[in-house]
Amino acid sequence: MTAGAAIRQRSYLQGPGRLLLAPAILLLLAASIAPLLVTIKFSLSDYRLLFPDSSGFVGLSNYARLVASPDFVPALVNTLMLIAIVLAASIAGGLGLALLLDGSVIGRGGLRLLVISPFFVMPPVSALLWKNLLMQPVSGFFAWLAALFGLPAYDWFSHAPLLSIALIVAWQWLPFAALILLTSLQSFDRELREAAQLDGASPAAILRHLLLPHLARPIAIIVMIETIFLIGVFAEILVTTGGGTASTDLAFLVYSQAMLQYDIGAASAAGLVAVVFANILAIFLIRAVGRSLEA
Amino acid sequence: MSGIVLEGVTKRFGDHLVTDGIDLVIPDGAFTVFVGPSGCGKTTLLRLIAGLEDIDSGRLLIDGVDAAQTSPAARGLAMVFQSYALYPHMTVRANLGFALKVARRPRAEIAERTEQVAEMLNLTPFLDRRPGALSGGQRQRVAIGRALVREPKAFLFDEPLSNLDAELRAQMRIEIRRLQQQLGITAIYVTHDQAEAMTMADRIVVFRDGRVEQAGSPSEIYRNPASRFVAGFIGSPRMNFLGGAIAAKHGAVTIGVRPEHLAIDPAGTISAAVQAIEYLGSDSFVHLGAQSGETLIARGVPDLDFRPGDTVQLRIAPGAVHRFDADDRAMPAPAPAPGANIFEETV
Amino acid sequence: MRTRRRYRAIATMFAWAASLTIAFPLLWTLLTSFKTELEAVSFPPRFLSFDWTLANYRGILAEGDYLHSLINSVIVAGGSSALVLALAIPAAWSMAFAPTRRTRGILLWMLSTKMLPPVGVFIPIFLFYRDWGLLDSRTGLVLLLAAANLPIAAWMLFSNFRDVPGEILEAARMDGASLWQELVSVLAPLALPGIASTFFLVFTLAWNESFWTLNLVTTEATPLTAFIAAFSSPQGLFWARLSAASILSIVPVLLIGWLCQRQLVRGLTFGAVK
Repeated sequence: MTAGAAIRQRSYLQGPGRLLLAPAILLLLAASIAPLLVTIKFSLSDYRLLFPDSSGFVGLSNYARLVASPDFVPALVNTLMLIAIVLAASIAGGLGLALLLDGSVIGRGGLRLLVISPFFVMPPVSALLWKNLLMQPVSGFFAWLAALFGLPAYDWFSHAPLLSIALIVAWQWLPFAALILLTSLQSFDRELREAAQLDGASPAAILRHLLLPHLARPIAIIVMIETIFLIGVFAEILVTTGGGTASTDLAFLVYSQAMLQYDIGAASAAGLVAVVFANILAIFLIRAVGRSLEA
Repeated sequence: MSGIVLEGVTKRFGDHLVTDGIDLVIPDGAFTVFVGPSGCGKTTLLRLIAGLEDIDSGRLLIDGVDAAQTSPAARGLAMVFQSYALYPHMTVRANLGFALKVARRPRAEIAERTEQVAEMLNLTPFLDRRPGALSGGQRQRVAIGRALVREPKAFLFDEPLSNLDAELRAQMRIEIRRLQQQLGITAIYVTHDQAEAMTMADRIVVFRDGRVEQAGSPSEIYRNPASRFVAGFIGSPRMNFLGGAIAAKHGAVTIGVRPEHLAIDPAGTISAAVQAIEYLGSDSFVHLGAQSGETLIARGVPDLDFRPGDTVQLRIAPGAVHRFDADDRAMPAPAPAPGANIFEETV
Repeated sequence: MRTRRRYRAIATMFAWAASLTIAFPLLWTLLTSFKTELEAVSFPPRFLSFDWTLANYRGILAEGDYLHSLINSVIVAGGSSALVLALAIPAAWSMAFAPTRRTRGILLWMLSTKMLPPVGVFIPIFLFYRDWGLLDSRTGLVLLLAAANLPIAAWMLFSNFRDVPGEILEAARMDGASLWQELVSVLAPLALPGIASTFFLVFTLAWNESFWTLNLVTTEATPLTAFIAAFSSPQGLFWARLSAASILSIVPVLLIGWLCQRQLVRGLTFGAVK
C-alpha cells in the first residue's frame, strides 16, 4: 500500500500535514507572489528613483510609454529570436547527438561526460570563454579556423551580437536536450524499430514516422523547460555586450530601466510583460510542438 | 485491560461503505479472529481500531476510554502488518528496540527487553542482521517481536502469515497462539483463511460486506452457523447445500449438510452419481452429482467399493441438517413431533 | 549484420567527433589556463607545444578575491540548499503522506512560481533588500535562492517519497514515534538517495545562478559568478588568468554534474522524463 493510493483524510495527520507544508508555501508567497503584486502596482505608478516626489497611480501610461519607446520592440523581438534560435539549435543538435550516442558503442560513459559538461558551466564563464577565447576576431580560435579556410575572421559581437549570444546559450542547453532525448530514445521499443526495418523502411522514414512521434513528449518538455529559463537570459548579455539595442532582451531591458535609468514604473511594466510573455509562450509552444510532431 | 468495544462503527471510502455500523466486544485476553472474504472490511476495521484510519461514525473504546481523538502512537496497541513493514535500514536489534528507543527508555532496559524477545522468538542469532538478509519466516518473527517488545494493550495482526509457504504457516500459527496464551495479551487477528481462524481463535467474527455475519466460538460457528454464508464459509470441504424437494421435505428453502454427515449407504434415500474420488489416505472425499443437479461432497470411509460413474445412495446423519429460509438465515431445528423417535434417521 | 556493425562504427566515430566538438571550448580553456598570457593570445594558437605553467593558478589563488568568492559561493549554494531541504522535506512529506484535495493544486502552484522570470519580481525585491540592508549579504542571497529552487526540490522529494511504502511509516507511528522521529529516524534514511540527489541538483543550480548573484551584490557577498563576471572589463592581457579562474570556478559543480547527471537532468524536468 503506497502512500499516494487514495486521498484519505486521517485526522491525526491533518494538523501536522498543514503545519509542515506552511513554511514552504510562506517562503514562496513572500518571494514570488508578494513581489509580483508589488511589480504590478509599480507598473501602474509613476515611480522614478531620481524624482522621488513623483508618485501615484498613472494607469497604463507606463505600458503605453514602454510600447512606444524605441527599446521595447527590439527587446521583444530579440527575446523571441533568442528563444527561437536556442530552441531550434539545442533540440536539433540534441537530437542529432542523441541519435549518435544511441548508436555508438565505445566509451558511452566518456561520451556522456563530454557532452554533459557545458550544462554545468556557470553562464558568466560560458559567455566570457566564448567571447574571448573563441570568438575574438584577432586571436580567438574561430579566427584561426577561418584563416585555415582562407576566410577573413568574423567579428562576432560587432556584426551579430544576438546570434553570438544565442550560440553561447544554445551551447549550454544542448546537453540538456541531448540527454533527455537520449533517455527517450533508449526507452523506445527496439522491436518496433526492427520490425520497421524488416518492412523495408529507410532510416529516414523510421525517424520521421516512428521516432519523432515518440519523441514528441520529451521535446515538448524540453521546449517548456528551456523557454522558462530563456526568457530570463541575463548574465550572458551583461558580460558580453553590456546591453545595446541589438542584443538586449526583455530581462535586460528591465534591468537597464531600473538600474541605469532608475525608472521603476517603466521597468516594472517591462517585467510584467516578460512574465505574461513567458506563460503565453510556454503554452503556445508546447501545443504547437505537440501537434506538429504527432501529425 | 478491559477489552475493546465497538459501537456502531461506520467507515466510508468515498461512496463505498466499508464497515456498516459494527457492534462488537473484544474480550480482554482472548484471541479474536476477524475472518471473511476479501473486501469484507475486516482489515479496515483493524486499521480503525489501530487508529490508522478515522471512524466516520460510532464509538471505539479501548480499555474503557474513547479512542477517537487518540493518535495511533498513543493508543498503546501493537500491529503486525501483512508486509511486515520492518525498517529496512535498521538491524533486527534496532527494529525490535525502536519503540522503546522512541519512548526514551534507558539503554539497559532496551537491550534487556530486546534480547528477551529475541530469545522468545529464536531470533538471537540474527540480531545484527538487516531485514534484507532474512528469510520470510524470520522477518515475520521480527515483525511479531517488534510488537511484543512494547507490551501493548492488544496485538493487531493483519494477515501476517499470508506471505509464507504452507508448512511455515502451520508452524507459525501454533507459535503465535502459544505466545499469546503465554502472555495473556488481547489479540485481534485478521485472516481470509477459515482454517486459520478455526485453529487459532478463542472467538471468531465472520464478516461480509462490511457487516458482522456471526460472532462466537469456533465450535459454535461450526455447529450453529447463523446464515448460509457462514455455513458455507467455515469448514473445508464446504458444506453441501440442497434445495428443491429435498429441502422442502425438511421445511426449509435450502438445507445444508456437512460432508462428514453425508454417508454413502445403500439404505440412503438420495441418489447421486459418483464423479470423482479424492483419496488422501486417512480420509477420502467423494464428489457426487445429485439427481437434482447439485454437486455434493461426502466424506467417505476408507473401504470404497465404487467408482466414478457409479450411482450410489446417500444418507444424511440424524440431526445433521441445517435449515435455511428464503433470506438464507438459519432456521432453528424443528421441535420433534410428540412421540417421535428422535433417533430415527432423518430422511 | 554487417551493415549494423558498420553503422555502429560510423556512429561511434561521429559521436566522438561531435562530443569532443561540444566539449572543445572547455578543453581549450583548460589548455589555455596553463599558458602564459603571451602564449594565450598567440596567433596561430599553440595546441600542446608551449611552456606549461601553473603561474595562473597560483596567481588566482594568491589573490584574496578568488578565495573570498569561493567561500561565498560555498556558503550561498550550501546554505540555500540546506534551507531548501529544511523546507522541502516537510512539505513533500505532507503532500506525499497526508494529501488533501488541495495537494495537487498546491504542487502545480509551486511549479508555476518557477515559471516566473526573475525580472518579474526583481524590482520589489531589490528595493526591499535595499531598505532592509540585505543587499550585498549572503543571507539575502541564501533566502532568495532557496525560494527559487524550492519548487524543484519539493517536486523531486515528493516523487521520491511516494516510492516509500506507507506501511513502514505507519509501523513507526504504531511504535509510538512522534512526527519528528518519523521523519528523522525512518523516512530520511529510507529516502536518502533521493534527498542527496535533490541536494546536489539544488546546489548546482544555486552555484550557477547568474541573475540575483550579479544584481544584488557588490563587494562583500560576491560569489564566483560575480567574480568571473568582473573579468568582462579587465585591464590588459587576461585570457590565461580568465581560463584558470574559470576552471577553478566550475570544477566543483562539474564534478557533481558528472556524478549525478541522470538524477539532475531528471529532476530538472520535474520528473516528467524518467
